[in-house]
Order: sequence, then structure tokens, then C-alpha cells
Amino acid sequence: MDVEFLSRLQFAFTIGFHYIYPPMSIGLGVMLIIMEGMYLRTGNKMYEEMTKFWVRIFALIFGIGVATGIVMEFEFGTNWATYSRFVGDVFGSALAAEGIFAFFLESGFLAILVFGWNKVSSKMHFFSTIMVTLGAHLSAVWIVVAGSWMHTPAGHRIVGEGTEARAEIVDFWAMVFNPSSVERLSHTIGGAWLAGAFLVLSVSAYFYIKNRHIETAKAGIKISLIVAFVASLFQLFTGHSSAVQVYEYQPAKLAAFEGHYETAPGDLYLFGWVDEEKQETYGVKIPGMLSYMLFFDSEKPVTGLNEFPKDERPPVNIIFQTYHLMVAIGMFFIGFTTLGLFLWWRGVLFKQKWFMILAVFSILLPHIGNQIGWMSAEIGRQPWIVYGLLKTKDALSKTVSANDVLISLIMFGLIYSLLFVLFIFLLNKKIHHGPDDYRLISAQDDSVSMKEVQ
Amino acid sequence: MYEGLDLNVTWFVLIGVLLTGYAILDGFDLGVGSLHLLIKNDLDRRIALNSIGPFWDGNEVWLVTGGGALFAAFPHVYATFTSGFYLAVMLILMVIIFRAVAIEFRSKVESATWRKAWDIAFSISSIMIGLLFGIALGNVIIGIPVAADKEAYMTFFDLLNPYAILVGITTVALFMMHGAIFLVMKTEGDLQKLVRGWVNNAIIFFVICYVTTTMATLIYVPQMASILKSHPEYFLIAIFNMLAIANIPREIFHGREFRAFLSSSFSILALLALFAIGIFPNLLSSTISPEYSLNIYNAASSRTTLEVMFTMALIGIPFVLSYTISIYWIFRGKVKLDNTSY
Repeated sequence: MDVEFLSRLQFAFTIGFHYIYPPMSIGLGVMLIIMEGMYLRTGNKMYEEMTKFWVRIFALIFGIGVATGIVMEFEFGTNWATYSRFVGDVFGSALAAEGIFAFFLESGFLAILVFGWNKVSSKMHFFSTIMVTLGAHLSAVWIVVAGSWMHTPAGHRIVGEGTEARAEIVDFWAMVFNPSSVERLSHTIGGAWLAGAFLVLSVSAYFYIKNRHIETAKAGIKISLIVAFVASLFQLFTGHSSAVQVYEYQPAKLAAFEGHYETAPGDLYLFGWVDEEKQETYGVKIPGMLSYMLFFDSEKPVTGLNEFPKDERPPVNIIFQTYHLMVAIGMFFIGFTTLGLFLWWRGVLFKQKWFMILAVFSILLPHIGNQIGWMSAEIGRQPWIVYGLLKTKDALSKTVSANDVLISLIMFGLIYSLLFVLFIFLLNKKIHHGPDDYRLISAQDDSVSMKEVQ
Repeated sequence: MYEGLDLNVTWFVLIGVLLTGYAILDGFDLGVGSLHLLIKNDLDRRIALNSIGPFWDGNEVWLVTGGGALFAAFPHVYATFTSGFYLAVMLILMVIIFRAVAIEFRSKVESATWRKAWDIAFSISSIMIGLLFGIALGNVIIGIPVAADKEAYMTFFDLLNPYAILVGITTVALFMMHGAIFLVMKTEGDLQKLVRGWVNNAIIFFVICYVTTTMATLIYVPQMASILKSHPEYFLIAIFNMLAIANIPREIFHGREFRAFLSSSFSILALLALFAIGIFPNLLSSTISPEYSLNIYNAASSRTTLEVMFTMALIGIPFVLSYTISIYWIFRGKVKLDNTSY
């Protein structure tokens, strides 16, 4: 196995694992704002205990997100030193901005969110919840900006030649608002909201089925259904504008999404298989629909993969599959949440056990959607690490051997597996503990020191 | 923008400030972690852990931001350092993960074995982080084999030379002293009495290491001392540093723990200032040839990036300081356990 393969595998593995957590923090943050906002508005203690319950889970998710995120920042340098030298001028400033504008905000107010219930007023606590969530969103902003620049570089110039070449910023704002930043950011954030909303939906539906914490469960189901519905519609629009943007700036990737080889009016596949050897795509399709979606004209030709040299095409079938699965999951979200709201409107939502069971298992879908959506975007950029400027194979560290990477990859494999098992174990434990009963809690004094008790 | 300002020097200083902030802030929570196993009963361990509870995560942000700033301002240094020290960096990252997880998970399950296992993980990882950063610092002081292509070809075992290990141990001692003082500040009663006893031992341990390191530096790394020969006024920093350290037992004796903590913070600042003065204007000096050394000019980003980042720093720093100060103010005073504690 060579260094390139191992380094790519390590990056994919470490970022894939990391990417389980930040979307949940971002989405759960939004849910916390709503729950705590309901508490402040209604004064209903049930919402307070509900918020506290979810803050405990938020802290667990956030902790693992931060711990695995530090790895990502340094992995650019450890495994991709040549890339780091090439993009440092541009990419580094976005990472530094994430540190100074997002991480300090998040971590500072997180302390109040988790430990500050008895230290600050309830308004100040609510403000901290908002700030942590804002910080989590800002973090997404800067990291997605940096990632988008790798897809659609802008605001830079290339100085030096050959191995000495590097990108330098000419126009900072053109770099920040590069052609794909806004579409990519909105679609990523929408996916994060879905991850948060479905987490609350799933756990609340579980409580409901088990006949525990019924009041909290019903409130949780209602709040999360609304957020999930809004977010899934949002994903429809941002997904569409992302696809249009991809066609404009990375046509090879869009052609790969649909296994589209000949430049001709494009069809939209519902599902299918791409034979990359024969350059044929089989499956169930709607003729002309791709062209219609891109141009509102089903006759207009869409650039096909044959227009690109073979060594500048991304791997087609894997992108085709991940992209179509993502779209299918998105469609399911719209259908499922619309149905849920309809049942609620008819007043029969809480009589549908099958709906609740589906809701419990639906937690997996946003995560699958986020992972494979990200895969289709990033693998779609291959063979480029910075689209059109630097190839992945030329971006590696020169001083790192395959053995070094193998050792670190094995260590990551072990640690992350352990971490995941512990995460699921503790999450399960917290869920089984459930929210505290506010009718009992109000009788106690929270701030009693353990020391005095003993 | 910023005419007349040497932004390369400015960023050398700013990254120094971020990393010094990291050393002072994460230094005390690493120190508390390093001493953790010396505390015997579970309740006291919880108090010690909760003394750093609201802070440790924010303290790590100084490292993350320092890393990001290094990437942006001096990408060659970031790339050479992280890829050259590949396995060491990976080890640090994994230990950082382990420590975060130990803190998060320790109190989540009611089982003595579970807690003991995470206590050990927490303490060893805290010591390891100090040790590894110290070893990295030691190697930066003596120089690394940066070649003409700006890459440093070396193995993990090259890092484990006696001088670097000495700096590593000194760092652990420094953090233990700093952490013990912080614990005295945050505890009361019997636990405080116990920790108070550790402060003097930690100071002695640190001073022995510090004196040894200084002598080793003068003998093995004379270039670090050359700047002190031409600018004797920098000796004042070293003298103030010793005065600050000597001041610690006095303040502890009088029960002025916060002043003792300021003294040990000053000591960390002074040591890193001496380090920065010693290496300036290099960031990574090459042991192959001085002309291959990465300095603040040949390893830097473009003027535009340094300007943009300087603007960000000017906007961001007041916010960062205000959150940091507010959090420390809100969670001031002795640790009380409650239902939100670890």
C-alpha cells in the first residue's frame, strides 16, 4: 500500500468519524434554543428539564467533536505538507478565522451552558445557549469556506513555478465568497439541522413508545417534526442550487453524479448502476429531466464525461451511488415529515405506533445523508485536491513514509472504535436515564454542595 | 494597510502570545491532571477535576488557534514541523483525544473500576502532553535537519535526545507547579492543606530541572545564549523569572493564592519569552545549514494574508479576552460540586 492511498484513507476515516459529531452539535444547538426559549416564554418547568437533558447529551457530542476535530487541523500538515505549503496563504487564514471567531465563542459559552445553571440568570443562560449555537454555525462557515475554495478556487493568484508554486490571496472576500461557498454552506447547515432534529425526534419517539416521560416526549416530537420539515424543504432548495452551481464550476462532477458520458440532453436517474469500463449507465430514469432541472429546458445538452481526459475524471459509480442515495434520503425526509405534520393536524399523530417506530430508526438517515453527501462532493473533486490547480497525488508530505501512516492509521482505528463504542454506551445510558422529573426536582435545592451532604 | 509595521515580526509575536496563552492556561489544567493520582479519595478527585471543568476545553482553543495562525502566517513552518515530527504529532493528538475523553467519561458511570481506569488515563495523558510538547520545544531549540527543500527528514527516535527529554521533564515540572497553585486557589479544607504541601515540592522539582536545562542550553546550544551576550538587558527577564518563582511560596504562605498563580503564570511567560528571543528571527533552525533555516521571512505567507489576519486579530482579540475573563469570573471561587459537575 502506498503513502497516497493510506493518507487518503486516514483522512477519509478521521474526517468521516469527526463529521458524525459537529452536525449533531449544530442541529441540537438549534433545538436547545427552541426548548429553552419555550421554557423562558411559558415558564413551564418541563421545558427546563427537557433542555437540561439535551444539554447533557449535547456536552457528550460536543466533547467528542472537539477532540476529533483537533486531529483534522493538524492532519493537513502531517500528511499533506505539500498541499499545506501550496494553500497555506489562503486556506490557513480560514482555519485561523475559525479559531478566533468560532472556537473561543463556543468553548467559552459552553462552560456556562453546561456548568452555569446555578451560576448565572436564566436569561444569561439562554444567551449562552444562543452563543454556543452561533459559534457552532460560525465554525461551519469558516471550515466550509475553506473546503469550498478547494472546489472553486477564487480570489487568489499562483506565484512560483513547478514544485515551488503556491496560491496567494489577492482578494480575501472573493476567496470567502468563492462561487460555491454559499450553496455548500447552506446545504451543509441544512444537513446539520436535520441531524439535530432527527436525534430529538428519534429519542422522543422512543420515550413515547416506552410510555416514559410522555409529556416531554410529545413536546419533543412536535418541536423536532417542525424543524425537520423546514430543514428538509430547505435541503430541497439548497440541494438544487448546489447541483446547478456544480454544473457551472465542476461539470465533470455533475456528469458523474448522473453517469452522463455523452454531451447530450441529460436524464435523471432514480437509481441505477454505472459500468465505468463500458461507459454505460443502466437504471430507471426520467429522460431529459437533468437538463430540465439545470436549464428549465429538457432538450438542452449537458456536458458529458467524455469531454474530459480520463485522468481528470472522478470515479463515477461511487459518486453516482452516494449522490442518488442522498437524494433518495432527502425525498424520504420531505415525505415523512409532511406525513407527520398532516397526522398531527388531523389530531391522530400520537395514535400511530408505526410512525413512532419509523421515527426511532430515522436517526440513522441524516447521518448517512451527511456522510455520503459529503463523499459525493469530495470524491467528485478527484483527482484534484484543489480543483484545477493541484492534484491529490502531488499534495503529500515528502518526509512521511507508508509505514508512518500505517502506524497512525491503526492507532486511529483502535482509538476511534473504542471512542465510538463508549459514545454509544454513554448516549444509551443518558437516554435511559431520561430527563429528570421536574415535579420532583423543584422540591430539591440544586445548588446543595456534595461536600455538605457528606 | 498597516504601513511601517513589520507584519512578519508582528505575527511571530502574536503566535508567541497564542502559544504562551496556551501554556499558561492549559498548563494549569495539565498540571492538575498530572497531579491527579496523588489525590487519594474519590470526592477530592472530583473536586480537582471540577476545578478545571469549565475551563480546560476553552484553554485548548488557544492551541487550536495557535496552530491555525501558524498554518496561515508561516505555512512552511507548519508543514515542515507537523510532517517532520509526524509520529510525535500523531501521538500528541491521540493523547489529547484520550485526555478529553477521560475527563468527559470519568464520572458518567457509577463504578470504582471505571473511574480508576479513567483517572489513570487522565493523569498519564496530562503528563504525556506536557512531556511531548516539551520534547518538541527542546528539538526546536537545538534545531532540526531542515533540508534545502524546506523538508525535515528525520525519525521519531531522533526526537528523543537527552536535551529534548530534559526540556520535556522541565515542562512537566513547570505545569505541576502551576497546576498545584491553581488547585490551592480552587480548594479548601483538608484537600487544600494537602495540595499546599505539594507546591513547595513542585517548585524544588522545577527549579532543579530549570537550572539543569539552563546549563545544558549554555553548553549544547550556545547560539541561544549569543543574543543574551549582545543584549544583556534580556538577562533581566531571567532574573525576574527567578524572583517570580521565589515569590510563589511567600504568597502561598500568606494565603494569597491568586498572586502566587500570577507569579507562576509570569514565570511561564518569561521562559517562553527567553525562548522566543533566543530563536528569533528563526522559527525552525536547520542543523544542516543555517541558510536552510525557516525564518519569519522565508517561511511566511504573503503580505496580504498577514494583513487580513492582523485585521482579524484586531477584531477578534477583544472578544476572546472578554469571553475568557468572563468565564473565569463567573466560575471564580472555591469548587462546589453540584448536579452539573463531572
